[in-house]
Amino acid sequence: MAEAGSSRSDHCSGWRAWALQGGVKARGAIDSGAPRRWHAVLAMLMVSLLVRVEESKVWSQDLPKGNSCIECHRAIGDSRVTPPAEKFPQDIHLAKGILCQDCHGGDAATSEREGAMDPAKGFVGKPKRQAIPQLCGKCHSSADYMKKFNPTMRIDQVQQYFTSVHGRRLLAGDPKVATCISCHDVHRIRAVRDQQAWTYPAKVVDTCARCHADRQYLRGYKIATDVVDQYKASIHYETLTKKGDLSAPTCNVCHGNHGATPPNVDSVANVCGTCHSLTAEMFAKSPHQEAFASIGLAPCVTCHGNHDVMKTTDTMVGTDSKAVCVNCHDSDSEGYKKAAQIRASLDRLREEVQRATAILDRAEHAGMEVSQAKFELTGATDVLLKARAAVHQFDPTVVKTLTEEGILVASQANAKGVKALEDLRFRHRGLWISVVVILVAISGLVLKIKEIDRRGPRRGIKKL
Amino acid sequence: MAQSRRARAHRVQVLKNWLDQRIDLAGMRQFVEHKVVPVHRHTVWYYFGGMTLFLFIVQVLTGILLLLYYQPSAEQAFESVQFIMTQVEFGWLIRSIHGWSANLLIATMMIHLFSVYFTRAYRKPRELTWISGVLLLGIMLLFGFSGYLLPWNELSYFATKVGTDLVAQLPVIGPTVGRILRGGDEVTGATLSRFYGIHVALLPLLTTGILGVHVFLVQKQGMSAPLDIERGGRPVRTMPFFPNFLLRDLVGWLSALAVLAALAAYSPWDLGSKADPFAAAPAGIQPEWYFVFMFQTLKYIPAKIVWIDGEILGVVVFSLVGLWLWLVPFLDHKAARGEDSPLFFWIGVSALAYILIFSILGYVAPGGK
Repeated sequence: MAEAGSSRSDHCSGWRAWALQGGVKARGAIDSGAPRRWHAVLAMLMVSLLVRVEESKVWSQDLPKGNSCIECHRAIGDSRVTPPAEKFPQDIHLAKGILCQDCHGGDAATSEREGAMDPAKGFVGKPKRQAIPQLCGKCHSSADYMKKFNPTMRIDQVQQYFTSVHGRRLLAGDPKVATCISCHDVHRIRAVRDQQAWTYPAKVVDTCARCHADRQYLRGYKIATDVVDQYKASIHYETLTKKGDLSAPTCNVCHGNHGATPPNVDSVANVCGTCHSLTAEMFAKSPHQEAFASIGLAPCVTCHGNHDVMKTTDTMVGTDSKAVCVNCHDSDSEGYKKAAQIRASLDRLREEVQRATAILDRAEHAGMEVSQAKFELTGATDVLLKARAAVHQFDPTVVKTLTEEGILVASQANAKGVKALEDLRFRHRGLWISVVVILVAISGLVLKIKEIDRRGPRRGIKKL
Repeated sequence: MAQSRRARAHRVQVLKNWLDQRIDLAGMRQFVEHKVVPVHRHTVWYYFGGMTLFLFIVQVLTGILLLLYYQPSAEQAFESVQFIMTQVEFGWLIRSIHGWSANLLIATMMIHLFSVYFTRAYRKPRELTWISGVLLLGIMLLFGFSGYLLPWNELSYFATKVGTDLVAQLPVIGPTVGRILRGGDEVTGATLSRFYGIHVALLPLLTTGILGVHVFLVQKQGMSAPLDIERGGRPVRTMPFFPNFLLRDLVGWLSALAVLAALAAYSPWDLGSKADPFAAAPAGIQPEWYFVFMFQTLKYIPAKIVWIDGEILGVVVFSLVGLWLWLVPFLDHKAARGEDSPLFFWIGVSALAYILIFSILGYVAPGGK
């Protein structure tokens, strides 16, 4: 290990001196006289010592031996050039055998700077921001190349990116917009589903927030910066992070990832409908579809909001102040009456389910076996969910038909709960009767014992 | 009327004569008529033996009824118990009584054991009665352990897992015994089949034999009077076994029945949720109350004592204590000579205090290690 370290130091001595004498900005000053060289050697020794200590702490993973890019970027010890080598051990590309020169060109087998970073050998150095999509696309857009690693991986990301607002603005010369590395990181790119990846579903919002919640950065773009806070208050974020349900939507699920674009008024229902397909379909067949379109209201978000989608409750429907229906429907309108009818049907079923649940819980806590009835009651709960979804048809008859079906199931479960409690009372009565019978028998026995003791003398005294 | 009475009396007499010629009824009658029970301030403890026997009979009867519907497989065990509790007429009562009676039985048996221990009733000539009694206690604990798994619910599954893991830690024989008990390396349907076989065939067979010997010895040798009374040399008051003592015993049986009825109705034996071998063990999992003091002790033992695994040491020590208890009539030489043995008295007091304290700790301070 020590030998390897010293050998690496020898390879990179020129590089260290270069870095110490001003690094990138002072390349020309490398041979500026003997005294400075001695100082440089002394400083180099100290740096070598520090590097050796740092090596043991930071680079714990195996890196390819003899790769001059990594060895020198690690050895230089300048925070402006070490991060790539520092981060690379955790990069998925390294795990797949893709190394520095595969993106940056040059000759990693050469330890001399000029040879390693020779433009004649394809060295491109740090690519310009505008060139990044194409650089990644060199491999990621090639079906032939990508199928060697993952035959099912899509190869249209770059193409999609240029349809996005980000991509279009990048082409128009805006350097601040997101490119591949803004969302995937650079030199520490992880697999999309890696829990530490910026693209892991639970982390996507924070990845987008780096720009979209930064008021300063977005100044001049006329984009709201409170969307991240709004989303974090939503039921979607709660489901994703607290319940750990990775299918819950985050930014890219609605906006697209590589082709990120805000949905238009007429496409919102399609976006929500990718998950809420049943309700979207019901809405599309309902009278609201045309009515909303005619006055330019977006479906779904008009009632539910967009980033701050809250958990839906039955109070959203109806005619009281919390109901969204009253936002459009006057008290003398037909829609107002229908809203009241739909709400009444939902309330009845919900109350019946609550009543049955309460009585079954009581019976269960009293030690009665009611698991079958509880299972059957889930049928009513399922119907309630269906009826809530059916609200999006805005037809009171449809909702009522469903809730009546659920009320029947719930009332049967309720009857089983009532019977269980009756059985319990019967058991308690039976207990008291049996205890009384047993006590009477005990009393009879005690009297008999006394009589026997009195009548027949004890066998008396015996020497044991 | 009088004629029919005479005819009935004649028929009874004919039956008696028939039996007398074959099984010497007269001899048995004479034995029962002459059998007496000592009367002293500790006579009350005698009734716990009878109560234990009664509860065992309850277990056999309710167990047979449960057998009619129980299905011993991982797929059906839980559902069959659920069926017994919800669909079978009075099934809930039978299962509840079986569960509660098992616990009361262990309790009365422990009281019986300690009363015999403290009155030194194990001394000569009743060593074999003690030996068979301790064996019966061991068998009853095995009954409890094997029966606990049979409903195949979450709690019983993980308690069995912990219990069989402990057995498997015994030196030399542990791994083999553990594998034989579980029918493999894990608690599975194979374990359930084995525990069922052990619970309804093997243990009842052993119990029948040993209980027969135990009851025979009690009848043959009669009840032991406490050492101080016997040593006093004074004649001891007695009462006839039949009917005086037997009727008093019956009062004990009926009292146990009343307690059972109350427990079964007011605190029915619940079923819990079906065992899921892939689920995480529920928090605060504990064995039946009569194993809690041992379970709690194992929690307090450090992971390593010198170079020995703490749990292994604990299991070995408990096994040795069990062996000591079994052989106590042969170790207590003073009692055998009719002398006081304060050492054994204080060992008994300490054991009782230990069991009580560690059982209470098991419920109020479930942590430990």
